[in-house]
Amino acid sequence: MDLTFTQEQDELRKVVRSFLAKYSDEAAVRRLAADPKGHDDLLWHRMAGELGLQGLAVPEEYGGSGFGYVDIGIVFEEAGRALLCGPYFATVALAAEALLRCDDEQARRDLLPGIASGGTVATLALTEDTGRWDEPGIRLTAHDTASGWQLTGTKTYVPDGHLADLLLVAARTPAGVSLFAVDAADAPGLARTPLPTLDQTRKQARLEFADTPARLLGTEGTAWPALRRTLATASVLLAAEQVGGAAAALDAAVDYAGIRVQYGRPIGSFQGIKHKCADMLTDIESARSAAYGGLWALDAGDETEIAVAAALAHVFCSEAFTRVAGDNIQVHGGIGFTWEHPAHLYFKRAKSSEALLGPPSYHRELLAARLGI
Amino acid sequence: MELDFGPAVRDFRDELRDWLADHLVGEFAGHRGVGGPTDGAAWEVRLAWDRELSAGNWLGVGWPGEYGGRGLGLLEEIVFEYEYARVNAPYRATVNALDLLGPMLLKVGAEEQKKRFLPPILAVEELWGQGFSEPGAGSDLASVRTRAEREGEQWVVSGQKVWTSFGIHADWLYVLARTDPDSVRHKGLTMLLLPTDQPGVEIRPIRNLAGQDEFAEVFLSDARTGADMVVGEVGQGWRTAMATLGIERGTTLLPQQLTFEREAEALIDRARERGALDDPMLRRQIIDAWISVRIMRTTNLRTIAELTAGRTPGAQATTAKLYASTRHQQLGHLAQELAGPAGQIVGEDYGLDTRQRSFLLSLAETIYGGSSEIQRNIIGEQVLGLPKEPRP
Ligand SMILES: Cc1cc2nc3c(=O)[nH]c(=O)nc-3n(C[C@H](O)[C@H](O)[C@H](O)COP(=O)(O)OP(=O)(O)OC[C@H]3O[C@@H](n4cnc5c(N)ncnc54)[C@H](O)[C@@H]3O)c2cc1C
Repeated sequence: MDLTFTQEQDELRKVVRSFLAKYSDEAAVRRLAADPKGHDDLLWHRMAGELGLQGLAVPEEYGGSGFGYVDIGIVFEEAGRALLCGPYFATVALAAEALLRCDDEQARRDLLPGIASGGTVATLALTEDTGRWDEPGIRLTAHDTASGWQLTGTKTYVPDGHLADLLLVAARTPAGVSLFAVDAADAPGLARTPLPTLDQTRKQARLEFADTPARLLGTEGTAWPALRRTLATASVLLAAEQVGGAAAALDAAVDYAGIRVQYGRPIGSFQGIKHKCADMLTDIESARSAAYGGLWALDAGDETEIAVAAALAHVFCSEAFTRVAGDNIQVHGGIGFTWEHPAHLYFKRAKSSEALLGPPSYHRELLAARLGI
Repeated sequence: MELDFGPAVRDFRDELRDWLADHLVGEFAGHRGVGGPTDGAAWEVRLAWDRELSAGNWLGVGWPGEYGGRGLGLLEEIVFEYEYARVNAPYRATVNALDLLGPMLLKVGAEEQKKRFLPPILAVEELWGQGFSEPGAGSDLASVRTRAEREGEQWVVSGQKVWTSFGIHADWLYVLARTDPDSVRHKGLTMLLLPTDQPGVEIRPIRNLAGQDEFAEVFLSDARTGADMVVGEVGQGWRTAMATLGIERGTTLLPQQLTFEREAEALIDRARERGALDDPMLRRQIIDAWISVRIMRTTNLRTIAELTAGRTPGAQATTAKLYASTRHQQLGHLAQELAGPAGQIVGEDYGLDTRQRSFLLSLAETIYGGSSEIQRNIIGEQVLGLPKEPRP
């Protein structure tokens, strides 16, 4: 049975945690949150160069190191704990995964090595003005012209879409939903607008395409199953990130409850606070089960199980992170309600993660459909 | 969920499957799914079923052969519990001795005690009750007042115990008593094995809220037991008691969780029949109920995986009871709501169906084995390291 971590995985966690403690400390998070771009090139290259984090789960044939989902899940958990800012989720959980799932070997050979080496920042542009993450939500159109495929329309709420070098765009052709790659560097007819976000630690952008040249990936009209699977994987990795964020929020609450004195006692000795912390931990351990269950399912590769585990993980971990991050503010009292204290950074990340990839209500229905409920 | 630990364990599993297919028949099969950790339903049938298991040498799979067990490892124990729960066999009546007293004796008992008591447990010849709680000592076991005094080669025990599960059936009790009259709190307590068949022991059933005589109160007035009936050392009973309470392994949570899964599946079927799945409020609760049983399963698998890998189980092993007991109660409320008016009607003599009984008995799950409040104290203080409550 491999439902526990190996020593190597414990080691990976340790290394990533100490790396992020150094380079994604509170000061770094605040600096990047305040910066409209929200991306630190140096940190990005360190992540790739020193630890190979962008290519960890990319197969070796495409320039990565070919680890499994449990390993990459560990990285996301630690990234969540450190509230890592930048396009890691967009590049690794969305774009790299979409490339791996789409039916286009040449595209994988062309595009994945850049992602694995840290040279390419990428994202998936799926949502439009309705904010939907399902197939009918994809309306942007692609047309086949004498000089190749072109995209026209709008994508919005695109994670890190303002800075990604490579955009993977879901679009409609007469044959159905198809996936396209756009080299954003000097794409004609592409206008990108950063959107000011409630959660400043994860940036979003609006992208307007006007006859923008694009490369069709795989067979026209067949992209939805691959995209659906990509979103399932991303849900699980996001869940791991949420677990890490929640664990950091609880650590902060516990630390504070141990030192803050009221009525002559540390507040953590009052059951009102102690029991709240115990409930937070119970939430987190249950969320861990949900997220790890998803990671194991991904590594085992059973599609039905993946669909179930991914939807479950998104529902439970989203709500658990939000509850825990909110309780952390409560445990801190007034200080927790200030801009200066980091508690709100976690709370806002929790709330934005809940909406990313579709709200819990949507994922409950995905789960219900899978179970025949 | 299929647990697979390799060929040797697979042979064990196949043998067990065959045996269960051959023996879980007739009246036994008719009592599938009956019982629970505190459910006294169908006692005689379940006891007979325990004897059937014993005859097949299926009790004490992990206990050493010299005491009548099979001497197998944790993997086989897990597979046994899993396969057992998979076929929904009746809940074992002797679970108190099998899961608590037996492991406690194996851990800290004297050799003569193991030889004397373990084989009759596995043969279902002697039934046991746990005498820890008292009217004045429930959550706070350190305030136990039952006293035991040494008189020659005997201990003389007086006091009152309460909430003793299946107490009216018990031939023996393992009792926490104060042997040093001047001691306070957890110092000066001793664990004693005490036969019930004597004039100094009176056991009266207490009816629980499901209408069952499942637990009991025990009156001890100069009850006697031998000097050699001390488990562990005199004055070290607290440590022995904690060792028992600490025997909370993934294996015992597994059957409970499979029962809850079954209840969730039944609930979904019922909801579908009644068209309740179209009601968005109910629908959400049903999906969440399904999610929670799936989470219990993964949590248990995490603990089992850690145990079998020789690792110390993580915090989930401590939070699991709080989560499971709370969520099971919610499942029960939902099942009752879906049952509609029929859920409000019982049979003759307050006869409850399985769902009603499980719902009512789930109210005890947040009390026994450490209430939810005590669990939260333990999680807060022992796992999270928060400051202890001020003690007088
Ligand atoms: C079905 C069933 C079977 C049982 N079987 C056995 C058995 O076989 N043998 C045996 O010895 N015992 C048994 N028990 C007893 C069980 O262990 C106790 O009921 C339990 O420990 C709680 O003790 P109490 O009932 O005295 O409640 P109390 O300890 O009086 O608690 C009452 C309430 O106060 C809360 N409370 C108490 N202390 C604290 C605290 N420090 N902080 C916050 N809240 C607190 C409790 O959580 C609870 O809500 C059984 C109980 C039940 C319900």
